[in-house]
Amino acid sequence: MPKYNLRVNGSVRTVESADADKPLLYVLRGLGLTATKFGCGVGQCGACTVLADGTAVRSCRMTIANAQGKAITTLEGLGLASKPHPIQTAFINEQVPQCGYCTSGMIMSAAALLSEKRKPSEGDIRLALDGNLCRCGSHVRAVRAVMAASGQRG
Amino acid sequence: MNASVNTSRFSRRAVLKGSALTVGFVLTGLRTSAFAQGATGVSRVLDTNEVDAFLAVNGDGTVTVFCGKVDLGQGLRIAIPQIAAEELGIGVDKIKYVEGDTALTPNQGRTSGSNSIQRGGMQIRQAAATARKALIGLAAQRLNLKPEDLIATGGEVRPKAGGAGIRFASLIAGRQFNLKLDPQAPLKDPASYTIVGKPLPRPDVPLKCNGTATYIHDFTVPGMQHARVIRPPAIGATLISVDEASVKNLPGVKVVRIKNFLAVVAKDEWTTVRAARVLRAQWSEWSGLPAQDTLVATMRADPEITNETLVTKGTASAPLPPGAKQLSASYFWPMQSHGSIGPSCAVADVRTDEATVWTASQGMHDNRVTFARFLDLPLEKVRLIYLEGSGCYGMNGHEDAAADAAIVSRAIGRPVRVQWSREDELGFDPKGPPQLIDISGAVGADGRILDWRTEMWLPQTTRGLLNIPLLGPEAAGIDQVHGLNPGQIAQNGDPAYAADSIQVIAHWLKSAPLRPAPIRSPGKPANCFAVESFVDELAAAAGFDPVEFRLRGLKDPRAIEVIKRTATLMKWQARPSPEPDISAAVARGRGVSFIHYKDSETYVALAMEVAVERASGRITVNRVACAHDCGQIINPDGLRAQVEGGILQTLSRVLLEEVKFDRSHVLSVNWSSYPILRFSDVPDLEIDLVDRPNEPPLGAGEAACATVGAALANAVYDAAGVRLRTVPFTPERVKAALNSNAS
Repeated sequence: MPKYNLRVNGSVRTVESADADKPLLYVLRGLGLTATKFGCGVGQCGACTVLADGTAVRSCRMTIANAQGKAITTLEGLGLASKPHPIQTAFINEQVPQCGYCTSGMIMSAAALLSEKRKPSEGDIRLALDGNLCRCGSHVRAVRAVMAASGQRG
Repeated sequence: MNASVNTSRFSRRAVLKGSALTVGFVLTGLRTSAFAQGATGVSRVLDTNEVDAFLAVNGDGTVTVFCGKVDLGQGLRIAIPQIAAEELGIGVDKIKYVEGDTALTPNQGRTSGSNSIQRGGMQIRQAAATARKALIGLAAQRLNLKPEDLIATGGEVRPKAGGAGIRFASLIAGRQFNLKLDPQAPLKDPASYTIVGKPLPRPDVPLKCNGTATYIHDFTVPGMQHARVIRPPAIGATLISVDEASVKNLPGVKVVRIKNFLAVVAKDEWTTVRAARVLRAQWSEWSGLPAQDTLVATMRADPEITNETLVTKGTASAPLPPGAKQLSASYFWPMQSHGSIGPSCAVADVRTDEATVWTASQGMHDNRVTFARFLDLPLEKVRLIYLEGSGCYGMNGHEDAAADAAIVSRAIGRPVRVQWSREDELGFDPKGPPQLIDISGAVGADGRILDWRTEMWLPQTTRGLLNIPLLGPEAAGIDQVHGLNPGQIAQNGDPAYAADSIQVIAHWLKSAPLRPAPIRSPGKPANCFAVESFVDELAAAAGFDPVEFRLRGLKDPRAIEVIKRTATLMKWQARPSPEPDISAAVARGRGVSFIHYKDSETYVALAMEVAVERASGRITVNRVACAHDCGQIINPDGLRAQVEGGILQTLSRVLLEEVKFDRSHVLSVNWSSYPILRFSDVPDLEIDLVDRPNEPPLGAGEAACATVGAALANAVYDAAGVRLRTVPFTPERVKAALNSNAS
């Protein structure tokens, strides 16, 4: 079976797949990195958002073949339990998640935004998160958390 | 799989991984088998009349709370421990928490109806009060003091006068209380509370933010296979034939067919996704759904209606006095989906003599009965264990996915995980029911409601039905009890205001086009939308300011207070609606609505500021203000999150959501055909929580939802002078209303 070398959360992981089109989402979850969630499979909801070379991508739409050579970061690799990423700390402080199923994708989109723009406006944040659907209604807190993570008070 | 791996080992794993989130406590080393066995080796007590069903004092100084209600993200994992810790007299950090496991937690009923605190939590409060009284009694004997000279605090009972106390663990650890819940056991004075009323953080939040939370979707057991169920292309179609050769190129795929139940199974999930796509199956034609554009007429003309008078108060004076105005209007709320972000998922391990099902269902004990029945197993051999799923707000596909998993597991003799697709979730989850509501009434020149009559057409609830029929058993030809359960959808059909005469009539429909089920605040968003819109119509007809009109009709001080507080938050300027400049290109206005939830529970008033763009018909909600009184507040931050979420979710339902279908199947099966609210649509929210520590705590998950539709419709009327009486308020519908008003 063809082998793929992926760089995930700073480690090289070798994965076998008979299907070069296997979505990265299933590869990651198969590696036990289950923070990345299946939501729609067609890139409409953002639940499966991860970083590829620092850019937010939908892992349900990126194939294992295309993921090769890119540095993939999932929620598990964004920070350490002892030293969370500022966006994780802010999400915890603001008590953002309810069911939390969308949280991983939301945090990854927000992390990508903050790496591009140190002090995003509220409009920037809403735009960056617009592709992340949330059903429980945690939006207001999420925006506040991203503002807080960038050292701004919303 | 290894046949020697027993179910109880999986179960312990599940408890460790998912259902026993602790509060500020490290779980490592916790011997959960002691829960299943009971500290003394006897089975867990599950009788809700018994203190031991809810509480166990552990030898290490902690107390385990067993809660039959489950946390779906609404914050019970901190709120319930706060209640228990406060009433017992122990730190909340010493509480371990077990939820939703039919072997471990008592049957406190479904997690529904905004009842988890007001009923479930109060059972636990009474259990804790009973336990505290017992612990003080035990200590009194040991210390040779009177109970009234002792106090339970910090996990020990100590003399009020000072001196050494005795730890709870020394008094009772390893033994059961053997006490019935004592309704006379004194409750603490809320003035003395140090834990209840504090905005303590929810313990699951860090796990959800660092990726270590185990959702049902993430849960695995050894030897587990992955399955996808292939649903029919038309809802009632039967399976004619399956071409198993069509998946032969995919390694290790097994096809499971039981009558009309069809599933593919493989060792890894992606293979099942591919197999489900390529498997060729022939299904019969079926077109048993009504045409969507005739739904309202079909409901109104249903020949099998059962009529019920729900409310009848007073008599209208006839003839109406001079200056009185008579109005009538018809409102419609469409079928809506739960729209869970994660499609439903479940894991089941069904053996010949026992079954364990891991599920995100909100009704663990009810479903245990249902599953035992359709698996033909004795009740005591079936265990359901809760693991959190993607947000559910009543009944999405969780139960169906669990039944799917059980059916496939039984068929292949191995544990099975079933994951639904997005299309299956939106296509087949049980729907919020359609509701048609006619209101007629009259208002006097003095602003008094002279007459009010509500008639509602809505699917009935089948009496005594434990669960609605599940898709898997139905397809597999397994006998099930049939019936409907949309929830308590007829409540709040009457206005909260003084009126000379009020009548509410329900026309119960025996069937519904798509399987109805309770969805957040069942029925009340529609009823309150109709009732509070019509109140607004009466206020406008009489020339009154909407806030003033409401206040004049109310006597209940709690109702009056939430309306006044909302008006203050909104900086409400009194004047009749509509506002003078209704023909502006972007018309702006404000609206208000109110509910006394279920006529006996939480009070909510909510106001909105909106802008209506005439050219596009697009509504922008700029600001929402809400005052909320649910009595005693257990955890203000958890409560605030519930109110925020309820408002935003319902705003989504009102602005955007309607399940579309043709004669054969649901058409709204992805997020473009069933759009929901996005970040760019979210208004500013201002929420004012009224705390009444000396009143009983009431539900907070649903009440605010009910007020959203009318506040929005009333704001649009105020802005643009048109009434929106059909949900959702899409730009096309708004434009049509604007055009018909102009003509």
